[in-house]
This record gives sequence, C-alpha cells and structure tokens, in this order.
Amino acid sequence: MPLIGKPVSRPGRPTLLELTYLPSILKGMWITFRHLFRRKVTMQYPEQTWQMPDNYRGLPALVRDQAERVKCVACFLCEYVCPPKAIHIEAQEIESGVEKGPKVFDINMLRCIMCGYCEEVCPEQAIFLTREYSTVGLSREEMIFPKDKLLQMGGIRGDSIRKWSRLTQDGEGHGAQGAERSAAR
Amino acid sequence: MSDVPGRAATSLPAAGHDEGALDPWLLTTRLADYVAWGRKNSLWPMPMGLACCAIELMAMVAPRYDVARFGAEALRFSPRQADMMIVAGTVTKKMAPAVKRIYDQMPEPKWVIAMGACASSGGMFRSYPVVQGVDEIIPVDVYIPGCPPRPEALIEGIMQVQRLVEERAKAGRRKSLPGAATRPDTRTGS
Repeated sequence: MPLIGKPVSRPGRPTLLELTYLPSILKGMWITFRHLFRRKVTMQYPEQTWQMPDNYRGLPALVRDQAERVKCVACFLCEYVCPPKAIHIEAQEIESGVEKGPKVFDINMLRCIMCGYCEEVCPEQAIFLTREYSTVGLSREEMIFPKDKLLQMGGIRGDSIRKWSRLTQDGEGHGAQGAERSAAR
Repeated sequence: MSDVPGRAATSLPAAGHDEGALDPWLLTTRLADYVAWGRKNSLWPMPMGLACCAIELMAMVAPRYDVARFGAEALRFSPRQADMMIVAGTVTKKMAPAVKRIYDQMPEPKWVIAMGACASSGGMFRSYPVVQGVDEIIPVDVYIPGCPPRPEALIEGIMQVQRLVEERAKAGRRKSLPGAATRPDTRTGS
C-alpha cells in the first residue's frame, strides 16, 4: 500500500544545549522583549474609556418628553416581553385623563440582560437603553432601580407625538398645559 | 506608590524641633491600614468561570484591559492561594456544592464578586436547575449587572472590592451572610 502524504518528522534526541533549556528561554524572552517596541494596546480604563457606538445596549432607562412629562403610559408591554421578567410596573391614573401612567416602575438591573426588547416593543418610545455599562452594586436591593432613578438616567428625549396637547385642547376640557404638566409629575 | 494610607507627620508642632518630636518626613501609618494597602493591590482572583461571562473575565486579564494594573492578574486555580472569587456565569444546582466548597477552601479574608445577571440573581434562567443568585449559597460583596458585563464593568467591580478592603480594615469586621428573608426577587418559575 503506497504511503499517502509525507511522514511526520519526529524530533530526534535533544542535544546537550537543548537539554539546558537555555535556547528556548532566550527565544521566549526575545519575543517578550520585542513587544516592548510594539504598539501599546492597553486601555487605561478608569482614565480612558471606550467610545461605544450609538446603538450600544447598556442599562435601560425611562425618558421624559420635551414638556418633561413621563412618556410611559404603563401599558405593560415591556413587562410582558422582558425575557428575564426584570420589569415590574404598577399603573395609576393621572389627572390629565389623556393617559394613565406608572405608579411604580422598577427594573431589576441584576435580572436585566440588556436585550433591548423593551425599547423595541414600547409604543410610546418611553424606555431606551442607555450607554451606561459600568455600574456595580453592593446589594440586590440597591440594584433594583425605581422610577425616579430610571427617569434621571434617561433624561429628556423629545419626539413629534403631540397627543397630549391635542387631546387637551380639542374640547376634552381637562385644563391647561400647566395643570397637565404637574399631573404628569 | 502614592496612595499609601499613611499620613505624613505634618500636624506636629512646627515651632522648634525639640527632642521628643518625630522627624516631619517620617511616614506613619497603622499596621492594619498598611496590610489593607497590600491586600487591595494584590487581590488574586479565583476564576469561577461557569459560562459565557468567563470569556469577558479572560478579556479583562488580556492586554487590552490588563487587570495587572490593579494587581489582580494572577488568576489562582487553587482556592488556597486566592483572595477573591469571581463567580462568572450560571450557577446550576449541580455546580452549587462545588462553588460552595471552593469558597470554603479559600483562606480568610476573602471577597466574592457575582459577575453578570446569572450569578447575581439567576438572570433569565428562572428555572428549577439554576440557583437564583449565588448569594443563596455564599456571601457576595459586589454585584455586576450585564449579560455579560463588559471587562470595564468587572474592573469597576474589582475597584469596588479594593474600597471594601480598605473599609473592612477600618471597621475590622466581616460581612455576614444575608438572610434569605431579606432578599427580594428570588422567586423562580412563572
């Protein structure tokens, strides 16, 4: 039967110099030494930070609209879609009568897997994933973020939805902009 | 090192250099602070890599993030040589006795980082074979959210452990295992 391919060359008996391991050690040290003159790759983390892309998915947060109303209307879609069931919502009526709003909106950040389903499913564009990626906590209770903290993290993100002003001005008779704003708070 | 927790004896009376006063350049500190300074800059981790979080754990040790800058690059695969256990990944009920045993074998003082959603709270695995947070079996000092967390977040966690080392040296007491009744959100299933 003919031999297919080349036979593997086995190393012979090591010489006396190889038995001292010195050539191998020097070879390894030479590789290490060469790295001194290569490009430095280390990011000095607490001083330097990474520039993440715009669509980076970090911790989720709630946002307010340009009139500083809480945009969330407590429709429970995000709570329903959340794979680890990290979101807990309790709804309440708000005075303007246009929408309801969240009384309690907790996100357990230790359950959250930053999948972005909540942002994707939200019909009011009220929940967004921020670019925050380096939060740590000392206890589980501390890492359940309440509504106020989520709103503070999210900040203001305006949009073109004008339903609040339209519905309150078109004869619904639910007062002026100011009362509605205070109710939303 | 500039962050030696000592205080230069600058509060000594400046007027006159009498016989009993210390040399103003002499650095004085408490022994406990000095030991804590040594400890916090050589936290050798025990890599309890159980799932995908371990990949980010390896990235943290690699040159890009280089946790050697914090003295925590010497991953010890023997619990006898480790100071800090990084539980990275899903703790299943089958693995839980091993995690507990390895924690028990680590010498005091020891710290635990629960890295990622699974180790911190069970994450998305609300199911019967998964421990709903590693703090059900061992006391956890620092929780890191993320699935998996970025290496920066883990570095942030190690920096938090370093602060805990200092605080413990000041307080001189040990964090106890939290009772199951005080923990929220340990329900499974549903």
